[in-house]
Amino acid sequence: MALETVTLDHLPASQTVHIAYFRNVQNAAFLHSQLLARNPDFEYGFIDASIIVSRLHLLSAVFRAATTASTNSLITPNVHSEIIISLSPSNNISEAYRRYGISPSTKDLLVVKISGPDGPSHDDIAKHLSQHVEGDQLPVTDENIAPATDNSKVAKYYKLNGLSWLDAIKDQPQKRKEVETLVVGTLAVRGI
Amino acid sequence: MAAAAVAEAASEPPQQHQFPLPAVLEYPASTPPYLITQGAEGRLYKSTYLQPDIPCALKYRPPKPWRHPILDQRLTKHRILSEAKILAKCRRDGLRVPAVYAMDEAAGWMMLEWVHGAPVRVRVNERLGDRKEGIDKDEALKELMRRIGLAVGKMHKIGIVHGDLTTSNMMLSPPAENGTDGQVNGTPGSLEGEIVIIDLGLASYSTTDEDRAVDLYVLERAFTSTHPRAECIFDELLQGYKEAYKQSNLALKRLEDVRMRGRKRSMLG
Repeated sequence: MALETVTLDHLPASQTVHIAYFRNVQNAAFLHSQLLARNPDFEYGFIDASIIVSRLHLLSAVFRAATTASTNSLITPNVHSEIIISLSPSNNISEAYRRYGISPSTKDLLVVKISGPDGPSHDDIAKHLSQHVEGDQLPVTDENIAPATDNSKVAKYYKLNGLSWLDAIKDQPQKRKEVETLVVGTLAVRGI
Repeated sequence: MAAAAVAEAASEPPQQHQFPLPAVLEYPASTPPYLITQGAEGRLYKSTYLQPDIPCALKYRPPKPWRHPILDQRLTKHRILSEAKILAKCRRDGLRVPAVYAMDEAAGWMMLEWVHGAPVRVRVNERLGDRKEGIDKDEALKELMRRIGLAVGKMHKIGIVHGDLTTSNMMLSPPAENGTDGQVNGTPGSLEGEIVIIDLGLASYSTTDEDRAVDLYVLERAFTSTHPRAECIFDELLQGYKEAYKQSNLALKRLEDVRMRGRKRSMLG
């Protein structure tokens, strides 16, 4: 039930990725204010789970942010805010924070921590999160993410409305898979 | 960039890499990268995206030492961006092409969905075997030709021309439920599956009938030289093309002109 450390292919070994998922978060406003205050203890990627389609969607953004960090071409202050902009199909940073990042009204929250070799350990992060995030912690799986997804918001933000071939798919798992592929593709080609 | 993914066995032995790998492939991964093919402009590796169970194709355009570094960087970047943009557009418009997973245009690589199956060229040749007669009566093969035509028609309809249409740049991808171990690439000789157009490295946006006609002409020439005995059924492909693309009559009319004069429009410049 705790913090998961994921190994992603093709990332420098110096970067370790930790992810966690909380539902029914009670203190989103507090976490949001810590981010705004740039409290270094709260350097996390806090993502509103309602715009996440699947685990792959989340990890794709993490991969892009970590790759960007390893080539020293970040366009935001740090790798964690880069995860948020990596979720966006546009280059508008403040819009990305508003849409994909935590807001005071966030109910379901995905948390990502990318730590370097001398960063905090898995146990430190797990402890810190369970102390400060008030919510029900669940494993980060497609099954757990699906109930939190707001499909109309996903369609709007990722411009999936009006694709007749997509609307024609009746099989829900298959449709979700197609949406996931389109979203991951949109993230990959951002900014061109 | 030349042809595309080749079907290969499920487990590849580790390779000794003759060429330097892009930096991204030097980082730890669950499976070692495998060089599939080398084209004029770049190399294609098989690897995995994020997790061991998601195979991907990594297209890498290495720096060209004979070009000026600034020009080289700009050309490589431009070509990767243009291919990724076109792939994303095709995918959004519902045409089966490999999905884009990730890219780094400055480093010259792009990760794409791994398409299972075999190139159409391989499947057609398996099907033809050493037959000399009765090819024009092979309904399954004719049906495949129509499906190719449908895919090409759909691509032209959404405003993309491929630039290098051949039967090697199309995959026949078997349905997913056949994806049991060892069978993900389909059965030799089977014509079942979905047509997936690959290698859009030379593709561009175009809505002129001239460009569409040249696209068809290139495919016709490639087809008749790769599969000379199946020339008699090429017309089936054009039937499928007409079906998928309503304004095809103009492009097909133009095709007649292109056949008379060849691919290049003008003798000037």
